[in-house]
Amino acid sequence: MNDPAIAAHGLRKSYGDKVVLDGVDLSVPEGTIFSLLGPNGAGKTTAVKILTTLISPDPASGAIRVGGHDLATAPQAVRAAIGVTGQFSAVDNLITGEENMLLMADLHHLSKVEGRRTAARLIERFDLVDAARRPASTYSGGMKRRLDLAMTLVGNPRVIFLDEPTTGLDPRSRHDMWVIIRELVADGATVFLTTQYLEEADELADRIAVLHDGRIAAEGTASELKRLVPGGHVRLRFTDPDAYRAAARALGRASRDDEALALRVPSDGGQRDLRAVLDLLDANAIEADELTVHTPDLDDVFFALTSPRRPLESVR
Amino acid sequence: MSTVALTARDSSTMLRRNLLHARRYPSLTLNLLLTPIMLLLLFVYILGDALGSGIGGGDRSDYLAYVVPGLLLMTIGSTVIGTAVSVSNDMTEGIIARFRTMAIHRGSVLVGHVVGSVLQSVLSVVLVGAVAVAIGFRSTDAGVLDWLAALGLLALFALALTWIAVGMGLVSPNAEAASNNAMPLILLPLLSSAFVPLHAMPGWFQPIAEYQPFTPAIETLRGLLLGAQIGHNGWLAVGWCVGLAVLGYVWSTSRFDRDPA
Repeated sequence: MNDPAIAAHGLRKSYGDKVVLDGVDLSVPEGTIFSLLGPNGAGKTTAVKILTTLISPDPASGAIRVGGHDLATAPQAVRAAIGVTGQFSAVDNLITGEENMLLMADLHHLSKVEGRRTAARLIERFDLVDAARRPASTYSGGMKRRLDLAMTLVGNPRVIFLDEPTTGLDPRSRHDMWVIIRELVADGATVFLTTQYLEEADELADRIAVLHDGRIAAEGTASELKRLVPGGHVRLRFTDPDAYRAAARALGRASRDDEALALRVPSDGGQRDLRAVLDLLDANAIEADELTVHTPDLDDVFFALTSPRRPLESVR
Repeated sequence: MSTVALTARDSSTMLRRNLLHARRYPSLTLNLLLTPIMLLLLFVYILGDALGSGIGGGDRSDYLAYVVPGLLLMTIGSTVIGTAVSVSNDMTEGIIARFRTMAIHRGSVLVGHVVGSVLQSVLSVVLVGAVAVAIGFRSTDAGVLDWLAALGLLALFALALTWIAVGMGLVSPNAEAASNNAMPLILLPLLSSAFVPLHAMPGWFQPIAEYQPFTPAIETLRGLLLGAQIGHNGWLAVGWCVGLAVLGYVWSTSRFDRDPA
């Protein structure tokens, strides 16, 4: 059995009295995308900084292994296995994109020929050919982020950390980044992704952990997480007030919206549940003008889990 | 790759990066070079007559000979202010965080700054020296060995001040603070025997001026280039340089090894 690419037990970090990470357990299998989801200030970046050896965890933390190496005893081996693209671009703004790439090639101890080839290949792949000879300070946000990621990939890392890789990008650049991230995993890498966008986690991640106040509030696949919160329903809308009233009588448990002539019938969105509603309508010869199934989305999960007013029960 | 080879390779990569920066953005270097050249011209052409008679009946050309060793060292002080500023600037860049997460020799970032800065200092010293020669500075009875020894001392002095400046750059939150923190490195020559001899200073101050790092180095340079007595100043100068270099190195690396904020 393979070691997980990332395994952390009881990850803790505090600055003075402020507890940022309060015992976080993480396990990310090789070749998957794992998303750490949370609002600003939840501790996502701190977790990435620790897992990438940038800062040290509190001594009370348990064992942390990344890429099969222990973070405390073999940090250089961890560094050799990982690539990091942080939230703030980690490019040298004073030199050109190409020079940045060659700098990375040198630091990964590639030969001159190999370095040039790798740089050229990645510059091409990340669509930076035209900009390669301009100083990185002149790049747009999306270009900088692409250069940043291209630099991360020079060393062929097996575990890639992406800290909010699409924050501040326009929709187009964001979509491009998603395509790139999927390709990374297709090539066999493991991706640890932090994001504050639910859509992004839903779109990309095999598993999602919701980080809230320094703890994992919930963890699972997107659909597992969605099942955690109630709120699924079938919505029926009518144009004929008589049909509306008849339906309301037939479906006793529906909540009524008399203004819109719409009914909300609680439902898990499953086939059986849906058929029961339809059968009931058919039996009473009622025809709805519009039927929509609403399953809870990650937004519902997120707000339910991270709402400060609602005390959290353990949902793991 | 062995540790030594890894250190050398990564450090030379970082040095190339620093030299690239200096070549792309030469204005900082040139600005800092301008200060000692202006001072040289000021002290020789404006103040030279008065100060020349003050140091013992000499004229302007005597004063030129007197002031050049101090100004060469001041050139180093001026150059390393640029080092403190660029280290401080560099630390705010995301690329440094990237370096910290890569399997490279940790200190190579700093070594790159130091070697680049020492090269820059030596280059600046040569330029200021050339200006001095152009306006009439001549070394009396200095042989090739004396010249080499003088250049060696200047390089060692640059190494010492650079490591201190790197430490100052690392503890400074921004470029302005770095520039202020490193200011003593260019003010210290004013409190040395660079411009007036020690015996012209108040008695209580003479010991301070005599044993601060600049004076022994200045007196040693005077000995090498102009044939004055070096005495204990040679060892004192080398001692100061080695001491400051080691102190700056230990300070800078321990500071750099700390978790970034």
